[in-house]
Amino acid sequence: MSFLQVQDLAKRFGGTTVFERVSLTMEKGEFVCIIGHSGCGKTTILNILAGLDRASEGAVLMDNREVAGPSLERGVVFQGHALMPWLSAMSNIAFAVKSRWPDWNRIQVQTHCQKFLDMVGLTGAEHKKPAQLSGGMKQRVGIARAFAIQPKMLLLDEPFGALDALTRGTIQDELLRICEATRQTVFMITHDVDEAMLLADRILLMSNGPAACIAEVVVNPLAKPRDRHSIHHDPQYYGTRNHIVDFLVNRSKRYQSGELRAARSASAKIVNLR
Amino acid sequence: MNGRAQSLVAALLSLVFLGIFLGIWHLATVPKTQAQAPVDEYSKLLGKGAGAKKSQGFPTLSQIGEAALAQLRDPLYDRGANDKGIGIQLGWSLARVAAGYALAILFAVPLGFLIGMSPILHRALNPFIQLLKPISPLAWMPIALYTIKDSSISGVFVIFICSVWPMLINTAFGVASVRRDWLNVARTLEVTPWRKACEVILPAAAPTILTGMRISIGIAWLVIVAAEMLVGGTGIGYFVWNEWNNLNLTNVIFAILVIGVVGMILDFLIGRLQAAVTYVE
Repeated sequence: MSFLQVQDLAKRFGGTTVFERVSLTMEKGEFVCIIGHSGCGKTTILNILAGLDRASEGAVLMDNREVAGPSLERGVVFQGHALMPWLSAMSNIAFAVKSRWPDWNRIQVQTHCQKFLDMVGLTGAEHKKPAQLSGGMKQRVGIARAFAIQPKMLLLDEPFGALDALTRGTIQDELLRICEATRQTVFMITHDVDEAMLLADRILLMSNGPAACIAEVVVNPLAKPRDRHSIHHDPQYYGTRNHIVDFLVNRSKRYQSGELRAARSASAKIVNLR
Repeated sequence: MNGRAQSLVAALLSLVFLGIFLGIWHLATVPKTQAQAPVDEYSKLLGKGAGAKKSQGFPTLSQIGEAALAQLRDPLYDRGANDKGIGIQLGWSLARVAAGYALAILFAVPLGFLIGMSPILHRALNPFIQLLKPISPLAWMPIALYTIKDSSISGVFVIFICSVWPMLINTAFGVASVRRDWLNVARTLEVTPWRKACEVILPAAAPTILTGMRISIGIAWLVIVAAEMLVGGTGIGYFVWNEWNNLNLTNVIFAILVIGVVGMILDFLIGRLQAAVTYVE
């Protein structure tokens, strides 16, 4: 049995279907990215995995147990960092740590928080309020908060969308390093093809909404460990990138219009470009 | 001009305005020395004789100063029901405001929390709030006096009823508009409802709640003066009314000044509290 099983998920509002027939499995330690145009229901899928939203049909099983509501087993990094502005960086993480381990004393909580602040490179900014931090630093606190509760699975909702390219690169490197060190299972939404190719083991491509589905699953052919500075020298790089971009530009629409309905009726096509 | 120079100029300008105001007052009330009316038997009988103290109508600045000094030198004297020092009167008013205001907080903040959390409760109670809110707190006075039968506690009730609406409405609004993201964070962390209320919703809504409390303290201080004028007995409002009956405008003006200063201090204190809980997003 796979660690995470998503079976035939669908979300409908009245007569409209946001997405349907979304099925996927993830193994422990796997990093999966999902790419698709706006409105295809990526965030809804992530919220259902988190337990914050309910699917109209289908089920999610993690560790052979059904996901029925939010849980400390699944850490979420929200799109808009979602830090509490009245708490310092340290206290924001401590809020999560105290929820995870309610009987810990102050010293234990503090040491644990410090470890994760150091991990995301925020040593020295412990007592700053979110308003005093830059966008990148805020998102780092959000990542540290999610990692600090040591969840079985991490859900990232387009965490770097609002950051400038330079900051994004640095944090991507950090995330890559942390994930390699902790063998964290990660499900992440992104719009950035390069980001997906750098981070993910598999990339799920969603067709356009309404009635979106996972059209293709691209197994990342680039060998690990991947490095942002040399990744584009990999002979597989441009082939893979073109395949994904082609999908986003052309094929994602054709799935919607029904031209590729035959492909849609079966489970998502697995693309192995190796 | 930098900030410091600007505030210096502003302070100077304030002093100039104060000077102009006091100057006009002084010129308007300066005793007319040439007005030496002929002293005859009739005017002596009317108290307008040369020996009698001249009442020029509106008090002069020096008279106000003297009255203020006399009151401030001994603010806590108590010579019977109709002659108490300004300190004692102020103490009564502040005590009534504190009691009514504290009761209003105890009632409005928890209820506002419930209303803010439950849209159904909000809809159910909204007509009552909208109906009761515009009623002048003094209109409640007869009912309060009839049911409570104690003028002092009736004053407390009036303060309660006038403070409660801004607090209730602001608390409900603040709680209802806590950002969904923060609540989702609490949900994914499986935070207990009590901890969520105290550590997420309360700090998130605190600036809005304090805004309501600041409006309330202003209204409460406005209303206490009127309420005490109405029920009498003690308090700064009664002091004003009593001095008016004594035709002692000097003390009335002094009391008005005190009311203004105390109101300013109350607002300042709540303002400090508000600044302490306000966060930058």
